[in-house]
Amino acid sequence: MSRNPYVRPISTTTWYMRNGRYKVYVLRELSSFLVMFYSFLTICALSAVADSPERWNAFLASQQNTAMIVFHAVALLYFLFFQTFPWFKLAPKAMPVQLGEKKLPDSYIIIGHYVVWAVVCIFIFWLAGVI
Amino acid sequence: MAIAKKAVVWGLFAAGGTLTAFVLPALIALFIVIATGNIPEGLQFAQIHAFASSWLGKACLFIVLFLSVWHAAHRLRVVAHDFGIRKDTLVANAVYTIAAIGTVLTAFYLLMIN
Repeated sequence: MSRNPYVRPISTTTWYMRNGRYKVYVLRELSSFLVMFYSFLTICALSAVADSPERWNAFLASQQNTAMIVFHAVALLYFLFFQTFPWFKLAPKAMPVQLGEKKLPDSYIIIGHYVVWAVVCIFIFWLAGVI
Repeated sequence: MAIAKKAVVWGLFAAGGTLTAFVLPALIALFIVIATGNIPEGLQFAQIHAFASSWLGKACLFIVLFLSVWHAAHRLRVVAHDFGIRKDTLVANAVYTIAAIGTVLTAFYLLMIN
């Protein structure tokens, strides 16, 4: 090893700005904040259910404003484009299905994910009484 | 030992990623519905209480929340590294503590709902 090894000057805080793929990667990873946020929002909802009907109604009332509609709508789009869709897209690479000598085509696995997703969404909306 | 731990964390990450990809969009959509003030029948106290007091409901809620917080914790650890925070042990302790708190709170509230 040489005495002064050459270290490429790459910023540890802004390295992803150099390349479009890196930017998409970072945008995708930031969706983890949404997962954490909605987990704890749901835990707050649970605490209200555990307490009393009054606390539950107060929780519902606290969520009702235009700012929250906008926030949730943006969060939903962000989450779809930077978590759900990419996750389904990489599913055949993460979980390839082999049948004998052949592999199941990627498109089958991806379409399968969208079908299951539709069923899950319909079930949750049915459970909540939205549909 | 390090390898064994990594497998557990990775398993939670993968399972949580799949589950959140499927479930979270619908959950966010429900929060939009709530925010508009049109509370559907299933989100009235009696119904949501009945769901959360059934064993199946408790199991669903626990699995979704447990996997979500551990999935998010693992990714936030990597995000911290990506943004130049190189104190991994400190970050790992912080994010996994948040996940553990989320897990304990979920279990506690679910046990309180009868």
